[in-house]
Amino acid sequence: MEAIYAFCVGILTTCGFFLVLRGRTFTVVIGLTLLSYAVNLFLFASGRLTLDGAAVLGESTDYSDPLPQALVLTAIVIGFAMTAFVVILAMRSRADQGSDHVDGKIPVPSTKHTVSHKRNG
Amino acid sequence: MLHLPILPILLPMLAAVLMLLPPLSSSIIRHRVFAVSVMIILVIVSALVLLASHQQGTQMYILGGWQPPFGIALVADRLSTMMVLLTSVLGLGAQLYACAGDDNDGMYFHPLFMFQIMGINGAFLTGDIFNLFVFFEVLLIASYALLIHGGGKQKTKANVHYVILNLVGSSIFLFALGILYGTIGSLNIADMANKVRLLGEHEQALAKAGGLLLLVVFGLKAALLPLHFWLPKTYAVASAPVAALFAIMTKVGVYSILRIHTVIFGEDAGALASIAIPWLWPLAILTLIMGAIGVLASPNLRLTVANLVIVSVGTLILAIVMQRESATSAALYYMIHTTLVTGALFLLADLVSKQRGKAEDRYVIARKMKYGKVIGIAFFVAALTVVGMPPLSGFVGKILILQAAQGMNEIAWVWPVVLLAGLATLVAISRAGTTIFWRYAGESTYDEPISPLKLIAVGLLLSASPLLVVFGGPITDYTNLAAAQLHDTAQSIDVLLPGGDQ
Repeated sequence: MEAIYAFCVGILTTCGFFLVLRGRTFTVVIGLTLLSYAVNLFLFASGRLTLDGAAVLGESTDYSDPLPQALVLTAIVIGFAMTAFVVILAMRSRADQGSDHVDGKIPVPSTKHTVSHKRNG
Repeated sequence: MLHLPILPILLPMLAAVLMLLPPLSSSIIRHRVFAVSVMIILVIVSALVLLASHQQGTQMYILGGWQPPFGIALVADRLSTMMVLLTSVLGLGAQLYACAGDDNDGMYFHPLFMFQIMGINGAFLTGDIFNLFVFFEVLLIASYALLIHGGGKQKTKANVHYVILNLVGSSIFLFALGILYGTIGSLNIADMANKVRLLGEHEQALAKAGGLLLLVVFGLKAALLPLHFWLPKTYAVASAPVAALFAIMTKVGVYSILRIHTVIFGEDAGALASIAIPWLWPLAILTLIMGAIGVLASPNLRLTVANLVIVSVGTLILAIVMQRESATSAALYYMIHTTLVTGALFLLADLVSKQRGKAEDRYVIARKMKYGKVIGIAFFVAALTVVGMPPLSGFVGKILILQAAQGMNEIAWVWPVVLLAGLATLVAISRAGTTIFWRYAGESTYDEPISPLKLIAVGLLLSASPLLVVFGGPITDYTNLAAAQLHDTAQSIDVLLPGGDQ
């Protein structure tokens, strides 16, 4: 179980960081969402993984740490609010600057390249 | 008073909520009067908390009656109350300036401003590392909205970068917290300091990763090299009062580094003692050098001041990594000075740019300023302070830091870099002053008078500079005590964990 769990968190983080490094705000927002999923799962696991463990003492032989669950709840709420904000900001940026690139315009690699591209086209 | 330590958080929060409701929500005048009076009360309350913690020892406020290390505690010790008072004074200055008209560019300036103050005060007062994360988010979401307040292409663009960077930073913060909770098993700062010594060998590596991840996050907030690229643009596009308030935001990062890496990963942490120091030495020196180059290369006053913020962060971190009480004390004195004077400089840059028409605050020849004399005198005082010339507070702060480095091997790094950065600042600021105030062509076409509120705000922030020198003795006594309290981890664990030593 631990291996699958760790693998999932790792995949989510990798995908999240890859997407955050992209140029368009949409992919960056998706990346941030994936990162926050990864973070929530990771926080949850910081109390160790237990099966059939109640968070209240005396309810079962195995008990799980309730604190990480509370932390995850807080992190989810904050992450949700921040995602909502960044979506609105991305739309505002698209409207203000006429492009959904994070820098407001698509960077031109070099003039030579565009010229040759035009000639070919 | 029993509830005194939580008031610096509650007061701005309640004020912000009240301002969103009728009858206050309907007019900007009511907002202004209410916000300024709350801010004045906040300054008084912060001063009272500081006095209480200074005279009666560290004040602890246990939320919900859950005893530490299980519940969340607010800790008002000398360092945190000093930072809270600094925030309130800077906030009052920035707010007075905003009341002269900048708050009317968009809606809800004052409630957002209050939420930001609440987040900053909370981050300083909390004794729990997860609570620190929560207050970071509070101050960040308020700062996102304040930064874009008034709107405009430039602000949107800078805000997109700022928000995305800080969201990634928040994720890393949570990863670090997960690692630290998983290994150390506590989130209370004093309790973590207690337990970090007892870690097993294989857990030490994980806890070290967690501690260094925290350093990355705080480095991002403090604009430490190589995570400083967002700062100049962001601060340069923000409206003047917001930029002035943001002068304390980088100090929140510096404060967190100081707190976490002195108390938890300090000298008493066993195998994990001083894990951040080998990283911080070169980064602090490079930050200082990059900041100085930035100051020299800036094409306008606002960017110059933004780069001065980076210089001040480099100087502060340099003083912190010396890991001695005298150096920490010097850093605290320098922190008060630099926060207030950069705040004043951001306000002055705005005054200048409104007077010069299309030239704004760029270093070009423009029409003569109508109120050049008043602004010029204020700029001269601020420049002397920020460069570190006697007799003002910048000089004292730098001397204290240089003195603290005496007797260390690293003095060969500290002295030349700090002094050369001072020289670069001197060159850049003199160029700024001569171009803006002495080189002009044609008479002024601008005849709107400066609002007296703006002058009062600038005067309030600048008056700190001579006051810091006149009352230098008591203030350095206080910072010495605060530094001693911070470095004495064993004693603070005794105070903050009643009944639960191990």
